[in-house]
Amino acid sequence: MNTKIMVKDLELHYGTFHALKNINIDLPENEVTAFIGPSGCGKSTLLKSLNRMNDLVEGCKIDGKVTLDGEDIYGDMDVNLLRRRVGMVFQKPNPFPMSIYDNIAFGPRTHGIHSKRRLDEIVERSLRGAAIWDEVKDRLDKSALGMSGGQQQRLCIARALAIEPEVLLMDEPTSALDPISTNKVEELVEDLKKDYTIIMVTHNMQQAARISDRTAFFLLGEVVEYSETGELFSSPRDKRTEDYITGRFG
Amino acid sequence: MKKQQIVEKSMAGLFFLCACVSIVAVLLICYFMFANGIPAMKEIGFGNFLLGTTWAPKNEPASFGILPMIVGSVCVTLGAIVIGVPIGILTAVFLSRFCPKSLHGVLEPMVQLMAGIPSILYGFFGMVVLVPLLRNIPGCAGVSLLAAAVLLGIMILPTIINLSESAIRAVPDSYYEGALALGATHERAVFYAVLPAAKSGILAAIVLGIGRAIGETMAVIMVAGNQAILPRSLFKGVRTMTANIVLEMGYATGIHREALIATGVVLFVFILIINLTFSVIKKRGESA
Repeated sequence: MNTKIMVKDLELHYGTFHALKNINIDLPENEVTAFIGPSGCGKSTLLKSLNRMNDLVEGCKIDGKVTLDGEDIYGDMDVNLLRRRVGMVFQKPNPFPMSIYDNIAFGPRTHGIHSKRRLDEIVERSLRGAAIWDEVKDRLDKSALGMSGGQQQRLCIARALAIEPEVLLMDEPTSALDPISTNKVEELVEDLKKDYTIIMVTHNMQQAARISDRTAFFLLGEVVEYSETGELFSSPRDKRTEDYITGRFG
Repeated sequence: MKKQQIVEKSMAGLFFLCACVSIVAVLLICYFMFANGIPAMKEIGFGNFLLGTTWAPKNEPASFGILPMIVGSVCVTLGAIVIGVPIGILTAVFLSRFCPKSLHGVLEPMVQLMAGIPSILYGFFGMVVLVPLLRNIPGCAGVSLLAAAVLLGIMILPTIINLSESAIRAVPDSYYEGALALGATHERAVFYAVLPAAKSGILAAIVLGIGRAIGETMAVIMVAGNQAILPRSLFKGVRTMTANIVLEMGYATGIHREALIATGVVLFVFILIINLTFSVIKKRGESA
């Protein structure tokens, strides 16, 4: 197993609040890693530290090291380049208020691709990659806001794929979706891990158990337990993990 | 219980009456304008009035063509848009997305102050600063279409800045974050993701700015030259509909007076169109 992202001795403060405490975690390439835990445990915060979206939060201070293929992402790396390599799908689908085509083309255009032919290719490939091409191919010029929530979320995944990232961060990507759409996104995730390293925050333990290879359990800003998903769910080593996955709290 | 109901009912009636005051005022203005203006237009002839290029109320026979004033108002307003809209929108973008907090605390009240300055003072500024400045341009009379356009461009800034800024601030952060997550720079995220999302609000701001520009009177009179002829160039004088009314109303009598009221009707129709456009844009923005 190849480590794609390595987090070492990470401490994160929001002002005086100590949100992440001494995080050490290696995220393997071409696998799905799930972050689970109760609300406010820091799992989303850690996710956002991996593409530096936390930079937007005022008073956020980070110590420690996060590396992508061995490169320190808080060091010399250009933050826009980092976000190009580490794509993100948000909890609430957030397509731009423009056409489906322009949504997908936004990323490539940002990175300097303007040829119509190449953009057409990228749009089709990304939409196929997100398993939504057949549903939208006849209305690429229609507003993305007219799609259903599930379609919007897959569009957002397609939009993230269009910049050909190496890692895909997903922050509870199905929490705003109905069961059928959730199922589609889950199938998609399993399919995508061939080409991408996927890190997913989820509230839904069945989801983590279904689609992830590894699972990290967070509590109060700490990683309590991190191991292979089957192992974590069948024989948790920590009492707190066991309490959580058996539904005794959370 | 009974008493409380009576109080409630009578208060509701009072509020209803208050609401009626503004409605009645608008309706009365409409009635007054059209009842006085339309007969005059009929007497002069709609074609002669709206498309006539000669305004000579003292001639024998008198001629009441207000096309120069219509064109004047439209030109001055277009000029104000060309100058005021880009500056206004970029200022709003700066205030909402680029400005450090400390600077915002200074700029915001200044924009508010701009909105509160009486138009006569803008007129003075135009007369004392702008007109002499423009005289340096060869062939420019100073008092000119250009002077009026620049001055109005400045005057509509607060309207455009305030409304555009709130439209930009109302855009959900998720658009901005979504763009950043795709590797966009702050500038690109603002101009290509946030700004398009605020489009309808910004359009509404522009339309209200247009309304303000076309209705402005005092400041325009002081810098526009006010010749009642079709404007021949940017550097020549121009008379707007508002100027036409206010300059001659003091001494006009009979058909002359009615022709001025009819000019007001034309102005009113322009304002109606602008407001209608505004509400259509707003409605479309809400449904999107």
